[in-house]
Amino acid sequence: MKIVADTGRCVGAGQCVLTDPRLFDQDEDDGTVVVLDDAPEGDLADAAREAVEICPSQALSLHG
Amino acid sequence: MTTAHDAPQFPMTRECPFSPPAEYRRIREEEPVSRVRLPNGSGAWVVSKHEHVRLVLNDPRFSADRANPDFPVLTRQSVERDPKAERTMITMDAPEHGPARRAVLGEFTVKRIDALRPRVQEIVDDLIDRMLAGPKPVDLVEALALPMPSLVICELLGVPYADHDFFQSRTAAMIKWEVDPKERKAAFDDVRDYLDGLVATKERDRPDDLLGRQITKLTAEGTYRRGPLVGTAFLLLIAGHETTANMISLGTVALLENPDQLAALLADPERTPDAVEELLRYFTIADVVTARVCVRDTEVGGVLIRAGEGVLALGHAANRDEEAFPRPDELDIERGGRHHVAFGFGPHQCLGQNLARTELRIAFDTLFRRVPGLRLAVPVDELPFKHDAAIYGLYRLPVTW
Repeated sequence: MKIVADTGRCVGAGQCVLTDPRLFDQDEDDGTVVVLDDAPEGDLADAAREAVEICPSQALSLHG
Repeated sequence: MTTAHDAPQFPMTRECPFSPPAEYRRIREEEPVSRVRLPNGSGAWVVSKHEHVRLVLNDPRFSADRANPDFPVLTRQSVERDPKAERTMITMDAPEHGPARRAVLGEFTVKRIDALRPRVQEIVDDLIDRMLAGPKPVDLVEALALPMPSLVICELLGVPYADHDFFQSRTAAMIKWEVDPKERKAAFDDVRDYLDGLVATKERDRPDDLLGRQITKLTAEGTYRRGPLVGTAFLLLIAGHETTANMISLGTVALLENPDQLAALLADPERTPDAVEELLRYFTIADVVTARVCVRDTEVGGVLIRAGEGVLALGHAANRDEEAFPRPDELDIERGGRHHVAFGFGPHQCLGQNLARTELRIAFDTLFRRVPGLRLAVPVDELPFKHDAAIYGLYRLPVTW
């Protein structure tokens, strides 16, 4: 599984960081998403799915 | 399909202070995308299912531009627009909206807000110290719920807290349904003039607060203009105190009225974040703020919404949608329903949501631990709920211990 983030769509709500700070961070300047681990496994994969579901701008997607 | 004549009136009134209007359920179950009649006599669509509310709020075919003459207005008379007044980011669409929001987003990241926690805790502790040292009963709105978020947003922006009576009274006039349009416009103008003067002094002094940092950053980028920053300051100041204050007072009542939930919260501080999400869902205080105007014909739930028609994406109806939240009318602090739309959805989802979460977590944790015998000082049905305002809450909350 691979996490793909569309930083052009991202609105910096930070919901992904709240879901799991091991997977996501935010750019210090403009608040947009920074993916820390784009190939999560196990419970991190569950967290990635939750982050995709709640992202308010649907800027996150999972592939593979 | 109902006709314009028999479409229900909107806004609708709540029968119970802890539930959305009963009509929301009927609409969601029988006609989830349907027509309502607004106070000025015009018609609009309401969208009531969780799935559809998310669609409307995240689709560029629905515009947030309040200057669009077809934008739905919930007051009887609309406020005359001042063409000189700068638009704030909540009224912008793409591509204008993204850069305006991103200019200030760095101040509201999860990490930056986390760094404010010690100061928020200190403010809450000071207010509770003062409350415990004074006479009982006390109005919790005045003692904690309103001053806490007010102090926090003032410090963050660099607005003198000494002026809080001034902007709190103007905010109250802005959000009531039945306010004379002249009075409402005067309230807007007063706050704008005040902030314009404040920003002007910060252009000279460049203090290390949000407004000072914005001036420095935007000047370096060559994009600084005072007007848009005054607009941003206006938005953050108004949104930053009224909403959180209402959630503190409503959340306190809900927890006192559900002692099993309060006991579960107190048993394990790790439950607080989920409890806060659940209280946000349960009350959805800014339910009618998420209005849009359709700018290109779009089908929602099998219903065609045409360009030029107003749409109200009812967050409170969405947050009580059984398909998204099992047992939706129950307050369950362990629900873990983070997909609620209490902060809206889409590009305009609340910019200050992580500040609000931090404030609410610290407020509830500290209040119930430091004042263990806290209880209402009047029966719950005598509490003055804000049935007449665009943002739901409590005017006063008399408590004792």
